[in-house]
Amino acid sequence: MSSSVLFDAPGPRARRRYAVIGVASIVGLLLVLWFVIDKLNEKGQLTAAKWEPFLTGEIWTEYLIPGLVGTLTAAAIAMVLALTLGGLLGVGRLSSAAWIRWPCSIVVEFFRAVPVLLMMLFTYALFAFYETFPPDRLALAAVITGLTLYNGSVVAELVRSGVHSLPKGQNEAALAVGLTTGKTMRLVLLPQAVTAMLPAIVGQLVVVLKDTALGYIITYEELLRKAEQIGNYKSNLLPALIVVGAIFVLVNWMLGSLAVRVEQRTRRRGRSAGGPIAPDQVDQGTAANAAAAAVPTTPGHV
Amino acid sequence: MDVISEFFSEYDGLGAFRQTIYLTLVSALLALVIGTVVAVMRVSPIRVLQLIGTAYVNIVRNTPLTLVIVFCNLGLFLQLGISLADQNSPTSIDDNNFRLAVLGLSVYHAAFVAEAIRSGVNTVPLGQAEAARAIGLPFLKTLRYVVLPQAFRGAIAPLGNVLIALTKNSTVASVIGVTEASAVMKVMMENRPDVIFVVFGIFAVGFVILTLPVGILFTSLSKRLAVKR
Repeated sequence: MSSSVLFDAPGPRARRRYAVIGVASIVGLLLVLWFVIDKLNEKGQLTAAKWEPFLTGEIWTEYLIPGLVGTLTAAAIAMVLALTLGGLLGVGRLSSAAWIRWPCSIVVEFFRAVPVLLMMLFTYALFAFYETFPPDRLALAAVITGLTLYNGSVVAELVRSGVHSLPKGQNEAALAVGLTTGKTMRLVLLPQAVTAMLPAIVGQLVVVLKDTALGYIITYEELLRKAEQIGNYKSNLLPALIVVGAIFVLVNWMLGSLAVRVEQRTRRRGRSAGGPIAPDQVDQGTAANAAAAAVPTTPGHV
Repeated sequence: MDVISEFFSEYDGLGAFRQTIYLTLVSALLALVIGTVVAVMRVSPIRVLQLIGTAYVNIVRNTPLTLVIVFCNLGLFLQLGISLADQNSPTSIDDNNFRLAVLGLSVYHAAFVAEAIRSGVNTVPLGQAEAARAIGLPFLKTLRYVVLPQAFRGAIAPLGNVLIALTKNSTVASVIGVTEASAVMKVMMENRPDVIFVVFGIFAVGFVILTLPVGILFTSLSKRLAVKR
């Protein structure tokens, strides 16, 4: 439903009223902004000395870019591993053999219910105690393990809902021409499910990228940790946090737009018998229809 | 299994989980209020309010929660001196950390609440809003009496997902010194590295116990309260 059905096309009086409220909210917004800037100024946060470092090459080459590389490395490795794990668990959950289906279901439900931070703290302590990884790789390994286990379960659920979104005829037709259940899955259902899942998987990248910031807590050298280091070095913690926040928003926003574009492309090309699964994380604008809201979403997908 | 008895006696594990639940509930209530306001702004006829709502959702949703929480403590409190607790009270530091964590958690999850409610608004058939307009209700009354009551009932499942996510995300509050479950787990693991599997198991099961019934409850609620059409 587009929002416009909630109100009539404004007449002259309503237009005037809307204009008044609109101007009032702009004034209110400006007042809030002015208050924030005044407060920042009062605390000496707006001096050139605090912001100038971000115009120098050193802050970028020594801190921000290595931090972004750290964030992206962890996110990329975790996503690749999560896709592998999720694919296996998802197919396992769809298996007709109960002894495969049940363990997979338990693993998926367990790792979706446990906070990612808890898993990172646990794997960090685990790897440290058994000295599985060299000390300088310890935090990265813990971040990747935590993210992989959680997002693997999310991907598994995506695979399942992708296969379930296909019309029943696909499965029946494949069995009718004599394919085994395994071949039906591999040759008919999964390729279409992956096409339908693609936008949601790209959207999941945003979640992974955001969750790498949890690595800050276990001393992984990612953007947030680098912001703190910049703050200690140039004593401009607040500006550093704002700049790093802006970088996160920019990168995630680009990924989110990509997900929307992938979804539109999938919808247009119609390669899959099921519709595309809308990415949870992505703004679907007013084009979102009721069907998109009816697609089973993954709990704790935030 | 002396670790399990240690969990209850020495580390006050139940107290830690009580703190997790308290943190979750307070933040959830605040997030619901902020989220509803943002959702109403996004569907309102006034362009400026729509833009503010959209900007809020897009910025907050693309920022890591850890950054938001760290910002609340290091930015708001330490740099700007904004304190949310009475300086003279003996528990001032703990209160302040807790309230800053609530602020961060609710501001962050409000964006997801707003999206959930908007998806609920999408489930309300066009005819409902058109009928409300036809009998002469203005925009806010259309929302209050016709659209939002149905939208909330349609948004129960996604709101339940946000609550589950909030329960799990409340662990991030440990980064600014709120002694909830993950903070206690970290201390236990540092003291007893020989039994980390048991320690992790206890806390993981704790979270399964917290989130699983919520999921089942909201799924059944969403079916029971779904508007029959």
